[in-house]
Amino acid sequence: MQFNNFPLSPPRASNFAQEYDAIFYALVALTVFFTLVVGVAVIFFAVRYKKGTRADRSRPMYENLFLELTWTIVPLVIGLVMFYFGTSLYVKMRTPPKNATEIFVIGKQWMWHVQHGNGVRENNTLHVPAGVPIKLTMISQDVLHAFYIPAFRVQEHVVPGRYTQLWFTPTEIGEYHLFCNMYCGTQHSEMGGKVVVMSPKDFASWLSEGGQSSAPLSMEQAGAKVYNKVGCANCHGAEDTLRAPSLYGIYNKRRTFADGTSLIADEEYLRSSILRPYDHITSGYGQTMPVYEGQVTEEDVLNLVAYIKVLGTSTAPPPTSNINRHSASAVASGTNESTSLATNAVQANTDDPDASPTRRTGSPAVGAVAAEGRNR
Amino acid sequence: MSSPAITKGELKNQPQNEEVNYLNVEHTISSWLLTGDHKRIAMLYLVSASFFFFLGSIAAGLIRFELTSPAGVVLESETYNKIFSAHGIIMIFQFLVPAIPAILGNFLLPLMIGARDLAFPRLNLASWYMFMVGGALILIGMIGGGVDTGWTFYTPYSSMYSNTQVTLVLVGIFISGFSSITTGINFVATIHKMRAPGMTWFRLPLFVWAMYSTSLLMILGTPVVAITLLLVVFERLFRLPIFSPELGGDPVLFQHLFWFYSHPAVYIMILPAFGIISELIANFSRKRIFGYHFVAFSSIAIAGLGFLVWGHHMFVSSQSMYESIVFSLISFLVAVPSAIKIFNWTTTMYKGNIRLQSPMIYAIGFLGIFTVGGLTGLFLGGTGTDVHLTATYFVVAHFHYVMVGGTLLGFLGGLHYWWPKMTGRLYNDGIAKVNAVIVFIGFNLTFFPQFILGWMGMPRRYHYYYFAPEFQAYHIMSTLGSSVLGFGLILPAFYLTMSLINGKKSGPNPWGAHGLEWETASPPPTSNFLEIPIVLDEVYDFDPVSEHEQDMKDLDKWESTTDHQSFPTEDHH
Repeated sequence: MQFNNFPLSPPRASNFAQEYDAIFYALVALTVFFTLVVGVAVIFFAVRYKKGTRADRSRPMYENLFLELTWTIVPLVIGLVMFYFGTSLYVKMRTPPKNATEIFVIGKQWMWHVQHGNGVRENNTLHVPAGVPIKLTMISQDVLHAFYIPAFRVQEHVVPGRYTQLWFTPTEIGEYHLFCNMYCGTQHSEMGGKVVVMSPKDFASWLSEGGQSSAPLSMEQAGAKVYNKVGCANCHGAEDTLRAPSLYGIYNKRRTFADGTSLIADEEYLRSSILRPYDHITSGYGQTMPVYEGQVTEEDVLNLVAYIKVLGTSTAPPPTSNINRHSASAVASGTNESTSLATNAVQANTDDPDASPTRRTGSPAVGAVAAEGRNR
Repeated sequence: MSSPAITKGELKNQPQNEEVNYLNVEHTISSWLLTGDHKRIAMLYLVSASFFFFLGSIAAGLIRFELTSPAGVVLESETYNKIFSAHGIIMIFQFLVPAIPAILGNFLLPLMIGARDLAFPRLNLASWYMFMVGGALILIGMIGGGVDTGWTFYTPYSSMYSNTQVTLVLVGIFISGFSSITTGINFVATIHKMRAPGMTWFRLPLFVWAMYSTSLLMILGTPVVAITLLLVVFERLFRLPIFSPELGGDPVLFQHLFWFYSHPAVYIMILPAFGIISELIANFSRKRIFGYHFVAFSSIAIAGLGFLVWGHHMFVSSQSMYESIVFSLISFLVAVPSAIKIFNWTTTMYKGNIRLQSPMIYAIGFLGIFTVGGLTGLFLGGTGTDVHLTATYFVVAHFHYVMVGGTLLGFLGGLHYWWPKMTGRLYNDGIAKVNAVIVFIGFNLTFFPQFILGWMGMPRRYHYYYFAPEFQAYHIMSTLGSSVLGFGLILPAFYLTMSLINGKKSGPNPWGAHGLEWETASPPPTSNFLEIPIVLDEVYDFDPVSEHEQDMKDLDKWESTTDHQSFPTEDHH
């Protein structure tokens, strides 16, 4: 990167940058203009009406409704115009397009963990293709973080306990800063890395070669594994049963609950229903599902959500019930893999040994360890 | 010459024995520590708040020094985080919030409305003790391990993760907060019930209006942040599930509760400065403030709207999009009363008879800096533009333009203006004027580069930026500026202190200003007025035309009859 001592603007590398910069520079012009108006007037008056000068001081003005209304209404109108432009940009920033490619982000003290749909993972780096809308679904494992890419003019907090989203379309190939911009503890300033924008072709080959690490399972496949292992499949099958509703095709459908309320089944709903099923009990069912809060990692939940989103479609590996199985994981991992996954079975166990929830509780995630160490 | 606005036998109000005043009436330590006199309590606040300001400034200097190199200079990250937290916590809770109300407000409010003291003198003293106990706890926490959460104490970091003295410091802020609440109650009661005969609401000096709006904010806002900080303490100590998702709480709830106070707190800091600037501009332009009613009501409008904009700190916090849009709209509305004030102050100078003495230089500097500070607020109040700029150095620069450029310059201007009243001594106005220019230059050199840094994407609260060396040039500029600013902030301590030793006696009204506080002796006697004044007209009864004529005669007389060569006549060639 060319080192320039006094750079005056960040690179423009996303679909938002141009519109953002137009509003920004308009505001700069406004600021310069009004500062000059006030500054020049003050200095002019201070010189001209300085004590001892012979300036005309007759008929001094003390009240003038016209002037007062002028400088009430003009700033109001300017404010409303800037409000309009700012808000229209903000609405765009907050409305990801339907065809956006999803990438998942987990923040923890003090690193970013990124997972692509096909299972490729990377840390502190985000590879994205140019010209393709990207939607990040993000969650924190410990404290608040913020995912901030100055060159894209986008930023959103990464919050523990809920998903937040961020979207953009990268436009310029290159490498850009990625910062954590929400103070998160000792090494906050080093929680960052880079965003690498590649041509779609380069990105496709990067992704298929497994990026920086091997890609054992796509997120849906990993989700299917967790689904079967944890035992979701025992109750949530292809059809509604007396114990539990089917989850096939549930994504983005409206769900009605026992208390009469209803919600669209989005990622956030799916997540909270896995972790805290009794927040929203689907109408017609009882309190039979176990609570998974603290039993599964955020990564498992992300995979589960990715899997549930495609359940019932042809891309999803079908769930297998282990209800008649006698013993736990060792046997399960062998038979658990549906035929389509058989080739991956061995590799999956070595690359993804944490898939079992029982082992997970024995080795909590990095952030959780830190949290326990710090709490009194 | 205009007839005195406020008639009240001036001579009778001068004590027979000039030597007896609130400062020398008693000399024991207990006469200071147990005093009920609002003027002595103001002096206690002046000394203690200056001490806290000194500590906060040292922290600021360390931060600036550390940032000259992308990989840090001397500090570990952990220490750096504690230093910037100490800077924010001390400056905001122990200096900016109490500075103008508790020092200048305490001293001047009863004098300006013609009262003998505040409504509740002992409560006033108690508020100083709460301020000191709170401050002591904060300092003990900082010495005994420090606190690394930043002054914002965002959860769940502060409640579950930080391994530092958060509890002690929060309890300190909680106690110190009560000193704000009691001061506010005291001021409101005093303004309502203790105005001198004839001092109607619209004859009040604008400084009193500003104190009134500030007091309302203190009374209504501080309890919310107090209870919020207490909840953080409970979550830390007893794992009371409020904010931490691990326990079932909501981390974003904290931000709502915190900013519900802390945004109005910004106005608690700046409104008193507005009041001072109104006084300075009017008195040094020798003119009634332009649009008195608009200036007075804009303070109230700011105080009211200030409670409805807290969500503009949270546009990227995961709050709903519609929530953000509403908060953004109200934030743009709050810009209007600020603009009204700026334009009214500027217009007041038109056809004035302006004296460019040091307080006025501070006021002019304030106008320039606050205009920039206010306008850059538009970048952050707009949702779309805020997304990129929030929590960057742009925000740091913006709030320092408002807090340091606004509040601190207002405070310094006010301190220079009322110093002769508080101490009875004149300082060297020539040095003070030069110092005002040094502060202005140092301030802009320190904080303007930070606007560019933020626009480039430099996050705040970063210790290292070795991965982004393009930021370094601006950081070095900022650090150079901060040493100029630091010099400009140390210098007044010397020349103001020197004035106590060898300064000339000021007499009751060295500026020829109008206002009840100038009608009594300098320093005032313990009872403020020997006889309660009767107010017949409003305070800004200047007449620049005839004063212009009168000035010449007065100056001649002054020069020929006394040995005061340098003070009020200095601007006269």
